[in-house]
Amino acid sequence: MQHVALAVLLIGAAALGGCSEGVLDPKGPIAAAERLIMLNSTGIMLAIVIPTILATLGVAWWFRSSNKRAHYLPDFDYSGRLELLVWSIPIMTILLVGGVAWLSSYDLDPPKAIASAEKPVRVQVVALDWKWLFIYPDEGIATVNQLTVPVGAPISFELTSSGVMNSFFVPQLGGQIYTMSGMVTRLYLRADHAGTYRGMSANYSGAGFSDMYFNVDAIPPERFEQWVAATRTSGSVLDAQSYAELVKPSQAVAPFTYRAVAPNLFNGILSTGMQPVHPSQRTHLESQRAEK
Amino acid sequence: MNVAVAVYDVKQDAFAPASEAGPAPKRVVVGFGFWVFLLSDIVMFSALFAAYAVLVHATAGGPAGPQLFNQVSVAIQTACLLASSYTCGLMSLSVNSRRRTATYGFALVTFVLGAAFLALEIREFAGMIARGATPQTSAFLSAFFTLVGCHGLHVTAGLIWLAVMMAQVAIKGFRPTVDRRLLCFALFWHALDIIWVWLFTAVYLMGVHP
Amino acid sequence: MNLFGKLSWDAIPFDQPIVMGASGGMILGIVSVLGWVTLKGYVPYLWREWLTSVDHKRIGVMYIVLGLLMLLRGFSDAIMMRAQQAVAAGGAQGYLPPEHFDQIFSAHGTIMIFFVAMPLVIGLMNLAVPLQLGIRDVAFPTLNAVSLWLTASGILLTNVSLVVGEFARTGWVAYPPLSELQFSPGVGVDYYLWSLQISGVGTLLTGINFVTTILKIRAPGMSYMRMPVFCWTALAANLMIVAVFPILTATFAMLLLDRYLGFHFFSVDAGGNAMMYVNLFWMWGHPEVYILVLPAFGIFSEVSATFSGKPLFGYRSMVAATMVICVLSLMVWLHHFFTMGASANVNAVFGMTSMIIGVPTGVKIFNWLFTMYGGRVRFAVPVLWTIGFMVTFVLGGLTGVLLAVPAVDWQVHNSAFLVAHFHHVIIPGVIFGVFAGYIYWFPKAFGFTLDERWGRRAFWCWFIGFHLAFMPLYVTGLMGMTRRLQHYDVVSWQPWLLVAAAGVAVIFAGIACQVVQLVVSIRAREELRDVTGDPWNGRTLEWSTASPAPAWNYAVLPRVTGLDAFWAQKARAKQGQPAQARKYAPIEVPKNTPTGFVNAFFAVVIGFALIWHIWWMAALGAFGAFVTFLAFAFRQQEEVEIPAETIAQFDRAHPAEVAL
Repeated sequence: MQHVALAVLLIGAAALGGCSEGVLDPKGPIAAAERLIMLNSTGIMLAIVIPTILATLGVAWWFRSSNKRAHYLPDFDYSGRLELLVWSIPIMTILLVGGVAWLSSYDLDPPKAIASAEKPVRVQVVALDWKWLFIYPDEGIATVNQLTVPVGAPISFELTSSGVMNSFFVPQLGGQIYTMSGMVTRLYLRADHAGTYRGMSANYSGAGFSDMYFNVDAIPPERFEQWVAATRTSGSVLDAQSYAELVKPSQAVAPFTYRAVAPNLFNGILSTGMQPVHPSQRTHLESQRAEK
Repeated sequence: MNVAVAVYDVKQDAFAPASEAGPAPKRVVVGFGFWVFLLSDIVMFSALFAAYAVLVHATAGGPAGPQLFNQVSVAIQTACLLASSYTCGLMSLSVNSRRRTATYGFALVTFVLGAAFLALEIREFAGMIARGATPQTSAFLSAFFTLVGCHGLHVTAGLIWLAVMMAQVAIKGFRPTVDRRLLCFALFWHALDIIWVWLFTAVYLMGVHP
Repeated sequence: MNLFGKLSWDAIPFDQPIVMGASGGMILGIVSVLGWVTLKGYVPYLWREWLTSVDHKRIGVMYIVLGLLMLLRGFSDAIMMRAQQAVAAGGAQGYLPPEHFDQIFSAHGTIMIFFVAMPLVIGLMNLAVPLQLGIRDVAFPTLNAVSLWLTASGILLTNVSLVVGEFARTGWVAYPPLSELQFSPGVGVDYYLWSLQISGVGTLLTGINFVTTILKIRAPGMSYMRMPVFCWTALAANLMIVAVFPILTATFAMLLLDRYLGFHFFSVDAGGNAMMYVNLFWMWGHPEVYILVLPAFGIFSEVSATFSGKPLFGYRSMVAATMVICVLSLMVWLHHFFTMGASANVNAVFGMTSMIIGVPTGVKIFNWLFTMYGGRVRFAVPVLWTIGFMVTFVLGGLTGVLLAVPAVDWQVHNSAFLVAHFHHVIIPGVIFGVFAGYIYWFPKAFGFTLDERWGRRAFWCWFIGFHLAFMPLYVTGLMGMTRRLQHYDVVSWQPWLLVAAAGVAVIFAGIACQVVQLVVSIRAREELRDVTGDPWNGRTLEWSTASPAPAWNYAVLPRVTGLDAFWAQKARAKQGQPAQARKYAPIEVPKNTPTGFVNAFFAVVIGFALIWHIWWMAALGAFGAFVTFLAFAFRQQEEVEIPAETIAQFDRAHPAEVAL
């Protein structure tokens, strides 16, 4: 029954054209599990909701005042059995969906490591105004607005923000997690298929928010090694000084890379909260846009 | 009376539940409404308490409670406020028995004790600020000054209210409106006392003896 | 120090044509109305009968007027947003730069929640609750007027931000650190905070007023289980107002202290904790939506019973469900930020509580269904709104339960899917409910009914337009579109957003129908006159008064012996039993007073001054407010006596309306 509902929903979704991207087109285990839960829960609830809608329309129409065939029951305002039914249908539905919710909160908990034979790739994420910095501490490189990962390996994210709250989100790989200044959030994702997937900030953070998206390139592991090696050959070094430059507000930043990263830079960013951006820099940027 | 009941000619059943007795008398309505307001004020204080609890250790390298709090001063403040509640009660009794001079007298003592509380609190704040422990220093200090300061603002408002009420007694006497307002003032003053008890327990006692 | 703080001529955006156009239009509209009113000589009447009124019926009408006017403003914001998103695809930037777009979506949410939904719901409660309880007014009529005018102050300040300065660009929730001075150095967030602090005081006073009224002032014989269901839902909503608005006040106070005095509640440095704001805000925010929807549910209960010609099914269940929602709504707030990284334990618990709260709501839907079952359902316009609500809201509720599953929420939080969900519950729930109540109680307020034909057209436009406008957002949300985007690169979203824009146009037609309905009805008011006071064959006490009800509501307080007291009165009359005998006595009503209006004026002065850092003006405003309060406290006359003969004369002039 659930598979039928699932099939109907998937066909419907595909017909809607929402199938080629986004959360209905998962490319990793987390996103796939989350989609399954969404479709199952929807199916369970539609089984109640659709009959309710039909019953509402049916009852209203049949008992319209012009219908002389309908029995008028002016004193029908209580029935113990109906009350029992009326309370138990929602309770049972909720218990069912609730069970799914409860278990999945643990199974898919963002910081929960993805069991895998592969060693996880560590990525440290810093949300900036209005771009994303990805530091690969084990590889000693960093990228901006570009996340390249090997297919099949779990990615272990540590996330923070340089200032305002953002939310790191790659719909086709899994759920989002907020990034907050002075704090670390944790997330595990894995890409099981090669491809390019859209990532974004899912929490409004100011004037440049709309351009705060990035690409996730999932590539075969050997090519990932090649990519790391190539990145180490060109680009500048990310240290406290170049970070201070990077932190300054900018929008629609084209992706680029750093060939080396100062050790413990992420912890440094965390502990100082942030390098305060002078308010004039932010408003200067906004008035620049207004003049365009 | 804004809900004065015109005559209706059905006999009142002596054993009817209170919920069927019709509109309550105005004094009950006003008192109840003011209680509801006090509950809402306590909710507001609870939010500030919660903020304090979250931020109590966020001292950002600056001073923490034990280094700043003067238990003696707080003890005297508490004594002043509790005593003022007592004298406020005596004032309420004077109002009930319509004794004007006693009302003024106890109101004056209440006012003085309340003002003493405030003076000590202001001195405490000024001392802390002079030593560099300002609300801008850390989140803990922001929360402390706001929570304790909010209570102090309520006490200040209470003192102003008390003064206005004495003017009302002088000009209007003990007519029902004035009587109801004095009831509300008394409730307010006692509630501030209760909040202070929670406050000095959570902030000063627990802060120094965790 | 500058005499005018931060205020200068730069605050008026002369270089921004859209804003200047909107401001100009708004000012022109206000000036024209004020001018017309003055020239026609209505000012003394308006002052005497409306602006200084402490009558709950008048106050209710004024709340509704405010809400409907602000609906136009909030809806204009919606039109602008949909138009922008319909065109700003691929490389296109649209016609609204981010600085404007960001203010527009922030203003849209703020206005719709605080200045449309709240006033409309509070207005209907004001109008109907005392009449339904069989009493003369609320517990504290002057305080009621103060509440109304403080809400108006908040509205005025928010609209001033269009002309002088700017509004917040943080979204209607204003999360720090973005809303801190460091990242929002302008006056926008200050306009937001002070408007809402001021109107929040008004709302809290309303909560205190109605809790006291419903619990302490009811007609003789009206025990709790004989109260109309709308009064129960009003009680629950007002209990929640008392319980949660102070949290918002404290939270905004903390943010204001951060912004004005450099405190560190939510700052990024010195130990501030932005997550605490998120928690505190939503501890208010979630109960707020139930504050809005519970009275709407109450309206649906009254309407379904009245127009089915039978009592509400499962009254006790409905009461229990209402109070359960009241309590549970305080236990679900974390579902607004499942993505903020709480532990699995915490997420799981709040997921469960958020789902459990769906149970009493489901119960209500079934009870409305069984109310119609066995009835003789008349498809008057309020019933259209009710049925439209029932078939739409259950789907919106479904998406809500979906969002209550943390694993699902992690995928759709803050996306267009979320936007679709909350409009899917607020519009069918609150807005359809308010519109049903508006049509239902309009004759009681004004003495004539509203035109049916235009009412139907309005309903169908809203129903169709709503679906067109929001169903596409579910799709784009699943496709990965997040909310609050000023432009986007994924062109496959655009067709859906064009459909959504078309939906807004259909809703616009619906609103136009409602405006036409009002104009047509006023012109035809003699034909539409309600001569019996009971145009719908109602069941509850408000229909036993004349339409419009006199200032004193009831010459003699009704004696209540059961539920649906008026229905019982009509049944007794049909059986030939004599009506309650009347002995007329003078009635004291509270005196009208300018306190509310004047106090609100000073509130605007204080708010504006604080926003612009004009400290001397703020001090003057505070002093003015204090003097106003003193003037009220020392006034000589508090009540006005209506002579018994006036009351008797009124009854004689309205024989059909007060026959029972």
